[in-house]
Amino acid sequence: MSSENKNIKRQPEWIALCRRVVKSGGAKLGAIIFAIILLFCIFGPLFSSYGPNDIDLMSMYGGPTLKHPFGTDALGRDMMARLMYGGRYSILLGIMASFCSAFIGIVLGSIAGYFGGHTETIIMRIMDIWSSLPGMLLCILVSAVMGSGFLSTVLALTVGSIPGGTRMIRGQVLQERSKEYVEAAEAFNCPKYSIMFRHLLPNCIQPMIVMATMSIGSVMIQAASLSYIGLGVQPPTPEWGAMLADGRSYIRTYPHLLLVPGLAIAATVLAINLLGDGLRSALDPKLRD
Amino acid sequence: MARYIIKRLLIMVVIVWCAAIVVFTLMYLAPGDPARILLGSEADDNVIQMKRVALGIDKPYLMQLGIFMYKTFVKFDFGTSWVYNVPVMSELAERLPRTILIGFSAMILNVAIGVFLGIKAAIHEGKWQDSTIMIIAMAFISAPDFWVALMLIILFAQKLGWLPAYGIESWKSYVLPIICSCFGGIAVNARQSRSAMLEVIRADYITTARAKGQKEDVIVRKHMLPNALMPVITSLGNGLTSIVAGSPIIETVFVIPGVGAYLLTGLNSRDLPVVRSCVVFLAIFSSIAMLLTDLAYAFLDPRIKAQYASGRRTR
Amino acid sequence: MSTDNEKFLNIKNLKVIYTQDRKVVQAVNGISISVDKGETLGLVGETGAGKTTIAKSILRILPDPPAKILEGEIWMDGEDILKHPENKMLEIRGEKIAMIFQDPMTALNPLMTVGDQITEVVLLHNRINRQQGMERAGEMLEMVGIPKERYDEYPHQFSGGMKQRVVIAMALACNPELLLADEPTTALDVTIQAQVLELIKDLQLKFQTAMILITHDLGVIAQTCDKVAVIYAGEIVEYTDKIELFDNPLHPYTRGLFDSLPSMNGDEARLKPIHGMPPDPTDLPEGCYFSPRCPYATEECRLHHPTMHEYRTGHFALCDKAAGEVNKDV
Repeated sequence: MSSENKNIKRQPEWIALCRRVVKSGGAKLGAIIFAIILLFCIFGPLFSSYGPNDIDLMSMYGGPTLKHPFGTDALGRDMMARLMYGGRYSILLGIMASFCSAFIGIVLGSIAGYFGGHTETIIMRIMDIWSSLPGMLLCILVSAVMGSGFLSTVLALTVGSIPGGTRMIRGQVLQERSKEYVEAAEAFNCPKYSIMFRHLLPNCIQPMIVMATMSIGSVMIQAASLSYIGLGVQPPTPEWGAMLADGRSYIRTYPHLLLVPGLAIAATVLAINLLGDGLRSALDPKLRD
Repeated sequence: MARYIIKRLLIMVVIVWCAAIVVFTLMYLAPGDPARILLGSEADDNVIQMKRVALGIDKPYLMQLGIFMYKTFVKFDFGTSWVYNVPVMSELAERLPRTILIGFSAMILNVAIGVFLGIKAAIHEGKWQDSTIMIIAMAFISAPDFWVALMLIILFAQKLGWLPAYGIESWKSYVLPIICSCFGGIAVNARQSRSAMLEVIRADYITTARAKGQKEDVIVRKHMLPNALMPVITSLGNGLTSIVAGSPIIETVFVIPGVGAYLLTGLNSRDLPVVRSCVVFLAIFSSIAMLLTDLAYAFLDPRIKAQYASGRRTR
Repeated sequence: MSTDNEKFLNIKNLKVIYTQDRKVVQAVNGISISVDKGETLGLVGETGAGKTTIAKSILRILPDPPAKILEGEIWMDGEDILKHPENKMLEIRGEKIAMIFQDPMTALNPLMTVGDQITEVVLLHNRINRQQGMERAGEMLEMVGIPKERYDEYPHQFSGGMKQRVVIAMALACNPELLLADEPTTALDVTIQAQVLELIKDLQLKFQTAMILITHDLGVIAQTCDKVAVIYAGEIVEYTDKIELFDNPLHPYTRGLFDSLPSMNGDEARLKPIHGMPPDPTDLPEGCYFSPRCPYATEECRLHHPTMHEYRTGHFALCDKAAGEVNKDV
């Protein structure tokens, strides 16, 4: 098949998919909110006159003013600047951890599903043991062991969700494997790796993409929870969860320190979930007309 | 059936062993010398070395692991907290009921509310009830539960003064933790039971039931619900486990002396016996929850029951 | 077309649409049929021609929305059942009119024993206690050739043919006056097909039931029906006796159906498929719905919708040219 041909076909497919995704009102809303938040976090700091860690002891615990639209925290740092920088960490944590675990899940799951036999048994038993410790618990443990920091937090968040992804991909592969086109490919003496990469994986990958997208939100929440209990990304890094941990002591006196970062997390996760939901229904062949 | 249960129990034991080995290894690899953390950074090197011997962490890895496994699973001795010098077992006996109480109540609440909402949404598919319910579910799943907890503390404890903000003085102290623990589950169950119900609503046997002249409410009760609840039942174990796994966070917010909070204290002070025992207990708990779920499922679904009975089911 | 009211079941000008994403699917476009007691009418046509929709309209179990009966009358025993309130329909469904479904694999509730599923319909329409209901269900199982000891088994323990027998037992449990059989044999093996058809036929004779049999298989029609209506794009395009239809098909579509059947004695050149695809029911062509695929279609066919003509006694065809060009080479 000529590559030209492929390109011509590929492009409209993507556009059509995007169209289907934003066809539902929820997904459209999600896309808009997410885009706004992304722009806010990426380009916002360029227009802000405050750094995330600029301490200004003259204006501590400030409420919303023109100079500080979201107020200031206990050290007089501008909440808006901290939100913008923090969003970069939070969103990046969510995306990186989700896609890392999706990638590992795809590798392990497709190996288990395609090769079967002992390979499958060993991989799936390891997954059984792995998941005997629930995801969040594993996150906490690994995070405590690895110490704080961005990359170790990504690792901790990844580790917890690998078994789920592996199981799902294996299930998908098994389901696809039993279909006749694979049998046909095998009958043609098609090499194994080619069957796996050219036939099986493309057919299994869609649900995984949906799952990874949907999991970005929950991973962000997990990341925030880790920071809140003193693991994961630590203050003074302005990660949203860490900002909440910072504000915890002022729950009685300055609740806006808790309200703002929490709302930021909730809005972002909501937007991503709405998008993921739209993606799922757009990819679901049952719902396609 | 009995053979299947025994087989599952054996697998469960092996899995708990493996979980114990994993947590032991993780904590062994953790940076920082527990003895130094216990005694403070100014302590003399000799004193620290003596402490290491006393704690038994001077021995090689395999030996330490062997001793730990032997004590835990043969003698059922969970050791003594290095920091507080209290037997871990007695501490756990006191704390476990609180965690389980919150876990179970939250699960029952989230299943009841979630399934109710999901079925309501499915029956009114595409109408305003459906979208309202699904938006609420989406909002529940999107807000971090510990943040919701903080907001509820501000509202109910500080502004209204109806419920205590923390501690475990009376039954009132459990209200907020239980509510906060069940939010995520409500959303999950609502979505799952909605999609299960939608599938069932379109099923051919529902048309069959209609063709019999059966009344609509009886069809919902007798034909739709049992079939739609099956997938919900399979996720009960997972739901309970994830609530319990989230207990460190909720227990931190509400300052409840449960297993989760105990685990976190242990982690922060490198109190290894505490960490290991908490994890082993949580692993046992989640394995039992999974096993019970599978059995309940097998008991309720004749198709699965038949597979178990004939031993065909391999997992 | 027979519009006499003495017939047991008489459907007049039935129109059904489905609304989906603001598109309107014209599923049934003005169908009139009638069936007498003890008689079997075959509805034959391609997938999506609207056959199942007709059957479900008679039982009034079409999902509304998206389906909607736009107009028409369904007279049974002198009453228009489309005008009945829902609670009256509850009494009719399962007792007077029963339906056998296409796919026995999914037509039974997987979580209920087959016996209980039969008992359910028995108890709904008879004033008897549960014990008697179960006995009756057992008898019905025996009647369709399943030992009543299997009352307590679940659907997954039965093969496809056995499940279809259960479905038949369920449909006949209350001696219905009208039986709607929607492709009762499509999902079954050929060997089982004959048995199941035989069974339905026997039971029909025994109870003098009127039957509408839906199929896309002309062989099934040949085996079981008295009259045949050929459905295309929600319309009856030809309606006559079974023998007359097989001997002398008039409508180009019907002839296409016969031509696309392989025959043992004919030469292979005679196997002619109908070209093109069934029309999009959201966008039916102007004029005759079959004209885009019809080898005889003229400009006039594409502009004007044809009318029903009675070409011979009791032999109707929805084609203005069926007497002329279409059949001159017969």
